[in-house]
Amino acid sequence: MSTVFIALQANEDTRPIIEAIEIDNPHAVVNREPAMVKIDAPNRLVIRKDTIEEQIGRRYDLQELQINLITLSGNVDEDEDTLTLTWNE
Amino acid sequence: MQIDLRTVSIQPLRNTFDHLVRRFGDKPASRYQEGSYDIQAAENLHYRPTWDPEQALYDTRITRIVMQDWYALKDPRQFYYSTYTLARARQQDSMEANFSFVESRGLAELLPAELRQTALDLLVPLRHAAWGANQHNTFICGYGYATVFTQPCIYHAMDNLGTAQYLSRLGLLLGGTEALDAGKAAWMDGEAWQPLRRYVEDCLALRDPFELFVAQNVALDGLLYPLVYERIVDDYLSSRGGSAVAMLTQFMSDWFDETRKWVDAVLKVAAAESEHNREQLQAWTGAWTDRAAAALLPVVGLVFGSHADDVVGEQVAAFKARIEKTGIAL
Amino acid sequence: MDMKTAAKKLSLKDKYKLFTRDLGWEPTYRSKEEVFPYAQYEGIKVHDWDKWEDPFRLTMDSYWKYQAEKERKFYAIIDAHAQNNGHLNITDARYLSALKIFLQAISPGEYSAHKGFARVGREFPGVGTQVACQMQAIDEIRHAQTQIHALSNYNKYYNGFHAFAEQRDRIWYTSVARSFFDDAMSAGPFEFMIAIGFSFEYVLTNLLFVPFMSGAAYNGDMATVTFGFSAQSDEARHMTLGLECIKFMLEQDPDNLPIVQGWIDKWFWRGFRVLGLVSTMMDYMLPKRVMSWREAWNIYGVENGSALFKDLARYGIRAPKGWDHAEEAVDHMSHQFMLGLYQWSFGTSFHAWIPSDEDMDWLAKKYPTTFDKYYRPRWNHIKKLASAGTPFKNYGLAKLCQCCQLPTVFTEPGDPTLTCHREADYKGDKYHFCSDHCQEIFENEPEKYIQAWLPMPQLFQDPINGDLGAWMDWVFLKDGQDNGDYADSQDKRNFELWRGMATNNQ
Repeated sequence: MSTVFIALQANEDTRPIIEAIEIDNPHAVVNREPAMVKIDAPNRLVIRKDTIEEQIGRRYDLQELQINLITLSGNVDEDEDTLTLTWNE
Repeated sequence: MQIDLRTVSIQPLRNTFDHLVRRFGDKPASRYQEGSYDIQAAENLHYRPTWDPEQALYDTRITRIVMQDWYALKDPRQFYYSTYTLARARQQDSMEANFSFVESRGLAELLPAELRQTALDLLVPLRHAAWGANQHNTFICGYGYATVFTQPCIYHAMDNLGTAQYLSRLGLLLGGTEALDAGKAAWMDGEAWQPLRRYVEDCLALRDPFELFVAQNVALDGLLYPLVYERIVDDYLSSRGGSAVAMLTQFMSDWFDETRKWVDAVLKVAAAESEHNREQLQAWTGAWTDRAAAALLPVVGLVFGSHADDVVGEQVAAFKARIEKTGIAL
Repeated sequence: MDMKTAAKKLSLKDKYKLFTRDLGWEPTYRSKEEVFPYAQYEGIKVHDWDKWEDPFRLTMDSYWKYQAEKERKFYAIIDAHAQNNGHLNITDARYLSALKIFLQAISPGEYSAHKGFARVGREFPGVGTQVACQMQAIDEIRHAQTQIHALSNYNKYYNGFHAFAEQRDRIWYTSVARSFFDDAMSAGPFEFMIAIGFSFEYVLTNLLFVPFMSGAAYNGDMATVTFGFSAQSDEARHMTLGLECIKFMLEQDPDNLPIVQGWIDKWFWRGFRVLGLVSTMMDYMLPKRVMSWREAWNIYGVENGSALFKDLARYGIRAPKGWDHAEEAVDHMSHQFMLGLYQWSFGTSFHAWIPSDEDMDWLAKKYPTTFDKYYRPRWNHIKKLASAGTPFKNYGLAKLCQCCQLPTVFTEPGDPTLTCHREADYKGDKYHFCSDHCQEIFENEPEKYIQAWLPMPQLFQDPINGDLGAWMDWVFLKDGQDNGDYADSQDKRNFELWRGMATNNQ
């Protein structure tokens, strides 16, 4: 088992994104630190555009993550609808 | 900056960094100055490149141009990363609105078929020429000397990638993926495009950063942009009902007007430095301009047919007048 | 066919291909070797550049849009920080030693990376790879500039920052990071990517940035926090570029494996040595500490590194050769280096100091197996000398490792009471090393490393000829202002005076 993670700035923009990630990844653990939120998950983490749009109340482009992203860990796979982080065993 | 607390105030100990005091005097420096002067390594380098042991890692001798101080080649726009990016973000906002406008109102479909085909034939292959310009400016940034000279080149390189991408979008909008395939085929095999492609490939084999600057940014762009975007798109096509195309290439027109100032300023300062420089720049500019004009002739011919000679001739004359203002006589 | 529908049917991946790799073409008027002269000599085999996968498919219009938003936020905060005398919010001015080291030694690395990525952004024959490298090149000049801008205000009020440009090329400790980046830039394009893109930007980056930026947050330095978080989102793209690079090389041809493994071994070790500066900053220079270097290593080195190398094992990659020695060194290096910096503080453009009793108790807790046994006694001895009015200043010059250029203050693996010295003879000269790994790096490419400009031997040559005062002038070090113990520094006096003015009515 390897941990993947994503770390985002803690601000108003990322609140709905973090909520969406929690909804789509029940095994994820959210760690809140000054100015940063780090979300760990075993092996795999999925971020879905649709879930974010439900939280945020407007159209959302996954590339907007660029603005508040701090760092991540894992192999990245991205298309219009999802961003996935994985470690293969 | 001082704040007054009771009767005592906090006074700064110094106005700016030492190297900026030496260059500009003892006063607060601008963000452009802080981010551009003397931030490149200058001495006591550790290892010679294994990819070319004849060079040093930062080497003024890989070009024939000689400068007492390469930091004299200031960019009049004073672009550093922030001001550059903010400027381009505003421009991309306009382009986004333009593309949206054309798409949502079906203006591409409303173009007369012949006009649409002309636009595709002329503009889509140019996405490859723009990629060439990206490559050349990336090279100049990487191997040129002094941040004030090299920094604008990476911006120029990314601008050209942006242009190539706008032209790709234009192709998709006006003709789908088939248009992009056709454009590439024309670039590779079409008779009208071979001299230009050869020009670009010859530039890809150039390793003198300043000669490359002249070949791409001065000579080729100096003719290509006025001919294609002013003369053909903004004048000829628009007057025949093709102003939708001009909307989709607005970035390119505006960009040429802005970047010309930088290109001219670099030439002017480099030429004024010494007779050696002026002669070298004159030789390069003369040779590459002749080739660029010849390469663009058949491209212009796609639109103007037998009038292409006159059209190109006019533009070359205008170009020579522009270059003369930098102190280089062609 | 309806063009709108046709265009919409393209996936993000396909569209991105059209916007990048489709722009390129096979040259016919010039040979591939003329256009890409450096792509073959390292022996890396690439059969199909089209197999390159771009994880973050940023087109230029998106790049400009998102980066501009980051820039607006960043400068708004920097301006507010300067306008409100934000520098008075730091815990205390000892913290600034970390920033001085950053500006002099680490920030120039951003600029080197800018140049290096611009070069590989031209020299690789694959468009997708080139575009990703070019975006990193422009990002890196962003980092260099935003760092200078963030720290500019501190230069106005505190010492040690004013000559960062001269000290980058001339002072001794900056040579550590400088030689690291020069080594990468003088290597070929593929090695450059493994050195910087993978080893530095992927394996080791979090060890530099997250503790540093958290350190800034914990110590009230809003300017640096803002820089850090602003730059970090770029770093996520850089990390994925680095990971994609190594996977691409390994997938293209099995013959690439031993070459890549060798580079991983070399660059992990060189990178680990550069991080010596960071370890000391974390453990000693942050008045309010975030975590120890050991704790940071456990999270960002061990946990993250293990996940990574477990993943790469499917290609035949193993963890770097020096990993176990690094793991052992983590409990020692920050102390060894700070002791060095303290004794040579006459020659640094930042202050050092003796840790307080509270500091030492914290260090003992965080390093239960090493601090009390090996390092507290040395600090106590130094403390005694300082109290007696004879502070320990070592005017004997440090012997530098020919490879990593750090002073050879590190100890033998397995025996922390024995300084680790290695040496090798090459073409009639003797060369010195801090470790087996640095020696091995040297012996793989001796013709490269004998070229190194070593600051200490240089001090004895023309034009300085051993004159310490002349050396200080030459490196623009203001004696009695930029250097020495924090305890009697102008920085300390000023900070306390100004802060006092801001917090009481006397």
